Amino acid sequence: MFNLLFLFFAVFTVGCAAAVVCLRNAVNAAMCLLLCLAGVAGLFISLDAFLLAFLLILVYAGAVVALFLFIIMLLDIQGQAALGRRGWGTVAGLGAAALLLVGWAGIAFRGRAALPATAGPHPFDATLQIYSDLLFTTYLLPVEIIGFLLLIAMLGVIALSQRGPAPKPPTAATE
Amino acid sequence: MIAPSLHAYVAISAALFALGFFGVLVRRNTLVIFMSLELMLVAATLALVAFSRYNGTLDGDVFVFFILTVAAAEVAVGLAIIVALFRQRRTIQVDRLDALKN
Repeated sequence: MFNLLFLFFAVFTVGCAAAVVCLRNAVNAAMCLLLCLAGVAGLFISLDAFLLAFLLILVYAGAVVALFLFIIMLLDIQGQAALGRRGWGTVAGLGAAALLLVGWAGIAFRGRAALPATAGPHPFDATLQIYSDLLFTTYLLPVEIIGFLLLIAMLGVIALSQRGPAPKPPTAATE
Repeated sequence: MIAPSLHAYVAISAALFALGFFGVLVRRNTLVIFMSLELMLVAATLALVAFSRYNGTLDGDVFVFFILTVAAAEVAVGLAIIVALFRQRRTIQVDRLDALKN
């Protein structure tokens, strides 16, 4: 039963990811990204990471995908061609993806002994308290840095989204 | 209650990362390239959670918090850049954004 659920979520996630990459319409791609993230959240639950599954849905599916959809509708790019000419980029992409998978296969079939095959019972009850203990003792400095990063990102977005001067036509001097 | 092996999770993670990488290289729409980047980040997240679960630690899980935060900041800034770009050039197709080419 559990293996069946795992198989379902695995196939669902990878299928939706393939749809994100292949679909021509950006809105459909964003919707498939949403489904793919839901699948990853299911995989997180199968790994006993309940809090992370919740956060993934909340942050990614709730905020990030909604932001993507807003921007897609704001820009209204439906009139433009979804795919341009695809030459060496396709070859390079396929080659790089195949290389990544070959690397995984090398680990899976040559170095199988190096990885723990089965997980024991979870040593922690993955409650919020354990996470917060780690976040506010061992990882306090990274938390502060991340908070600062969020502040800087917010300021950057405000600065970027202010309407700048109109684009100047190129003159002969600058060409 | 965990039955599948770590290799299964690493395989899914590798497949997601490969798909995202393929999308970044192949697609022409900047927004879809950005979604493919998100796929790659999620793949790394899945690998971290799986490894930390199978090794009996929580450090990988905590690292996922940081990845989520950085991804949220990255999306906000990146989409702001895309909107600013669209205002200037009226397109977000990467093969038409060739002002630095020559």
